[in-house]
Amino acid sequence: MENKLKKVDLIFCKTCQDDIEVVRKALQRNPDEIINEIIDSGLKGRGGAGFPTGLKWKFARAQQSDIKYVVCNADEGEPGTFKDREILDVVLTTVLAGMAIFAYCIGAKEGYIYLRAEYNFMLNKLNATVEEFNKKLKDLGLSFEIQIRSGAGAYVCGEESALFESIEGKRGEPRNKPPFPTVVGLFGKPTVINNVETFVYTAMINHLGAARFKELGTQDSRGSKVFSISGDTPKAGIYELELGMTVEDFVKEFGDGDTKAVQVGGASGHCVPRKKFENTIIGFEGIPTGGSMMLFNSSRSMYNVLKDYLEFFTEESCGQCTPCRVGCQQLLKGIEAVKRGERPASYLEELKKLAQSMRIAAKCGLGQSVANPFISIVDNFKEEIIY
Amino acid sequence: MSNYMVNLKINNIPVSVPEGTTILDAAKKLNFRIPTLCYHEDLSVAGNCRVCVVEQVGARLLQAACAVPVSEGMEILTNSTKVRQARKHIIELLLSEHRADCTECYKNGNCELQDLAHEYGVNQHLFIDLARKRNYTIDRSSPSIIKDDSRCIRCQRCVRTCDELQGVSALAVAYKGDHQKISTFFEHPMFEVVCTNCGQCINRCPTGALIEKTYIEEVWDALNDPNKHVVVQTAPAVRIGLGEVLGYDPGERVTGKMVTALKLLGFDSVLDTDFTADLTIMEEGTELLTRLKKALVDKEPVALPMMTSCSPGWIKFQEHLFPNLLDNLSTCKSPQQMFGALAKTYYAQKRGIDPKNIVSVSIMPCTAKKFEANRPEMRASGYQDVDYVLTTRELGLMIKQAGIDFMKLPDSPYDSIMGESTGAGVIFGATGGVMEAALRTAYEIVTGREVPFRNLNITPVRGFEGIREATVKIEGCLPEWSFLEGVELKVAVAHGLANAKKLMQAVSDGTVSYHFIEVMACPGGCLGGGGQPIPTNLEIRSKRAEAIYAEDESMPLRKSHENPEVHMIYQEFLGKPLSHKSHDLLHTHYKARKRY
Ligand SMILES: Cc1cc2nc3c(=O)[nH]c(=O)nc-3n(C[C@H](O)[C@H](O)[C@H](O)COP(=O)(O)O)c2cc1C
Ligand code: SF4
Ligand code: SF4
Ligand code: SF4
Ligand code: SF4
Ligand code: FES
Repeated sequence: MENKLKKVDLIFCKTCQDDIEVVRKALQRNPDEIINEIIDSGLKGRGGAGFPTGLKWKFARAQQSDIKYVVCNADEGEPGTFKDREILDVVLTTVLAGMAIFAYCIGAKEGYIYLRAEYNFMLNKLNATVEEFNKKLKDLGLSFEIQIRSGAGAYVCGEESALFESIEGKRGEPRNKPPFPTVVGLFGKPTVINNVETFVYTAMINHLGAARFKELGTQDSRGSKVFSISGDTPKAGIYELELGMTVEDFVKEFGDGDTKAVQVGGASGHCVPRKKFENTIIGFEGIPTGGSMMLFNSSRSMYNVLKDYLEFFTEESCGQCTPCRVGCQQLLKGIEAVKRGERPASYLEELKKLAQSMRIAAKCGLGQSVANPFISIVDNFKEEIIY
Repeated sequence: MSNYMVNLKINNIPVSVPEGTTILDAAKKLNFRIPTLCYHEDLSVAGNCRVCVVEQVGARLLQAACAVPVSEGMEILTNSTKVRQARKHIIELLLSEHRADCTECYKNGNCELQDLAHEYGVNQHLFIDLARKRNYTIDRSSPSIIKDDSRCIRCQRCVRTCDELQGVSALAVAYKGDHQKISTFFEHPMFEVVCTNCGQCINRCPTGALIEKTYIEEVWDALNDPNKHVVVQTAPAVRIGLGEVLGYDPGERVTGKMVTALKLLGFDSVLDTDFTADLTIMEEGTELLTRLKKALVDKEPVALPMMTSCSPGWIKFQEHLFPNLLDNLSTCKSPQQMFGALAKTYYAQKRGIDPKNIVSVSIMPCTAKKFEANRPEMRASGYQDVDYVLTTRELGLMIKQAGIDFMKLPDSPYDSIMGESTGAGVIFGATGGVMEAALRTAYEIVTGREVPFRNLNITPVRGFEGIREATVKIEGCLPEWSFLEGVELKVAVAHGLANAKKLMQAVSDGTVSYHFIEVMACPGGCLGGGGQPIPTNLEIRSKRAEAIYAEDESMPLRKSHENPEVHMIYQEFLGKPLSHKSHDLLHTHYKARKRY
């Protein structure tokens, strides 16, 4: 069978564009035109949730406010994701260009990059580049300044509204929605927040045109995306791939010949077992991912995998809402109790119902997505959980 | 709120509400009650307990009714299968993390979690018990408050209360995930932090996680000890709050029944804090006039504006946060402590009882008064002046324990001496009341005439506006007060410490100038005190305020200086206001405390 997986080289191509030049050209265009092109490209957010980027920009542009903010989400906390670090390291100026173009479109004067605390070792270098870029923007006559904020070290601070709280100097607890960030965001002002990679693609689309982007991917999942590939693979690392491949295609390329499951989308994503590789598309029509792909071979205990994830969520829940704070603990203690025989196997059914309640009743994406790994692993690897 | 109306359906019934209305309030309009835990009318919306989730037809996620505003065409189901399942799970989860031994819990019977558990017929043992294995802290360090983390559901109402209403932020959320908890600065004990003991957090805690420290058993022991003479004083706001714990609707005046009940409980003498409230007015009014004279005539440096000192939560707040303004506080003790000092001196002498055999109990709408009674400064009689402070709620409980059918009781009058009071003493229980009482007396001392307000009701200082101000022009002074002729006396009133904080900041910054400021720590004044019946909200506090003012109007005497027992005590014992003896017994001093 032909392998449909296609490697792409849009993002890391340092020589194919001069980022400040891209901004200069954008400043000559009408903001609506720029936004419409992003809408037309079909670009969806690369941070995980996959909201259409152009629409988000359009909403923010429509808001009447003297002050608006552009925020780049570089918190990269999802287990198994490490592509934003690479992007920041290699093509930071393209990220900055994306932010600047967007600032121009909505009339924002200030931008923030919220950098994962563990990436502080990059801070000096990044700051120097940002400072230089800010100067160049000033020379272009664009009044927009970017600064980097170091993260608080909690996974939940990657959730957009918790991230705002954190920048504001408060405890990183997610807010109620609505209002959404484009209406009430950072410091109560209309704000657009995008993932690092999303900003790069917006700059690319500006540079190369929507058509080039649309050539890649599928109806629902346009373009390419950067993947962080880890686990039982001889080729761990970062790859830019066209969207729309099946897990089968993916495993052919990256598996070690003994892959029994792929966790698509990190700890908060879904586990795909071997029997479903063929029919599962990686993308918004199938299983979306913020980039993390973890491969597991037959030597792995899926009980341990699930337990690790649940321990992570139990610790990383911000703790404010009941379904997540207590739900995570119960799922974790629950599978442990089943494993030890203290609760019957049928208790897993109760726990799945609980996970469903968490999915619809938790306050933010963290608690809502715990059901993804839980249900997909319990359903597909029940024997490993029980025995 | 906007005038724009939004149309939606709740449980298939159409309803129109103004834009911005929450689903919770829209449902209320149709008489659907949606359960809540973290929501409280007095506070900002948190949306964290999730017990209020409802189904929005067509939406993937359930919506938190307390936090989500209505939108056009919305279809809401408040009791669908999905909703019921999620809600039940949430209650079951809360219980799994909770030391739910209700029979041993002070809040048994008045607990929002317990009510919900009952209503939803939850299976308390569906999930694994997380509570037993955990090392919860039960903090009993404060003489006022017990903080029991094993009963906390993390609704953060206390955190929002302490921050939004009180501006103190003694409580905050610490840690995350399964370790998340409500804590203090570096987890120091409550007694050692900035907490003012106001008890507002207790009033809004839905469970037994924050309760007053009770002294009921100690009081029973005293009552049952034949060698003890147990006197009790009742604060102004107790008589208009107590009814709520004993079957009445808010706003019922139960003064006479309360006195009867206290006698039935076995107190040897049932006396009134209102008496020392009147005495406070004599002392504090004179202190104010003295300070004004020093400032206006003698041109001596003197701390103005003078500030009231009868709310011990407010005092501790100042000691922590505005130590620069301690000289501005009146040196008068609170009425409770004046009473205590006199009970073991004047009263003891007059009744011929050895003060060491007197047990002095006070019934207060307040938890800060428990702390105050324990302050080392409060031993002017040579003994602890007030031995035990009980809240309105604790008195209600004692009456229940004694099996007294409260609603059927006849009225009784207070005992004497120190049981006589005026309407001015009664209104101490409402925000603005001390100011009003002080003005009624001071104006009359200075001019020989009554305050120029209809029926003595100084309405500008009444009401629930957070900070109120008024100006009283002094005209036609008696000769010895001629230095006040034409002076416009500027006063301000604040209630709730967050409002006090704003006012104090302005005073510190010198952006306002007043002569006299009244501050009550609690929203609404003592009637909304941290020891008053639970629940509390604006409507309940308004009813209590109406009752206070009705009580005032019903009294034959309405000015403190007309209280005959006040005259008597000056004649027989104290001499005159601010006398040496007054200073020894009725006045105190303050100390700066750290800010956190
Ligand atoms: C718990 C949690 C953690 C998240 N962490 C990140 C993150 O590290 N980086 C990121 O870009 N988005 C993260 N998100 C998603 C953001 O909330 C937000 O959707 C995203 O930044 C929007 O950008 P995009 O539209 O470009 O994807 C997280 C969401 C949740 C619920
Ligand atoms: S779902 Fe979890 S992380 Fe999100 S608000 Fe609730 S407790 Fe916090
Ligand atoms: S807080 Fe409520 S539910 Fe918990 S033990 Fe006390 S009464 Fe029972
Ligand atoms: S008693 Fe008052 S000051 Fe102390 S924690 Fe409670 S609300 Fe805050
Ligand atoms: S102490 Fe009470 S009010 Fe505070 S979070 Fe716990 S349950 Fe809620
Ligand atoms: S009452 Fe609505 S989330 Fe708690």
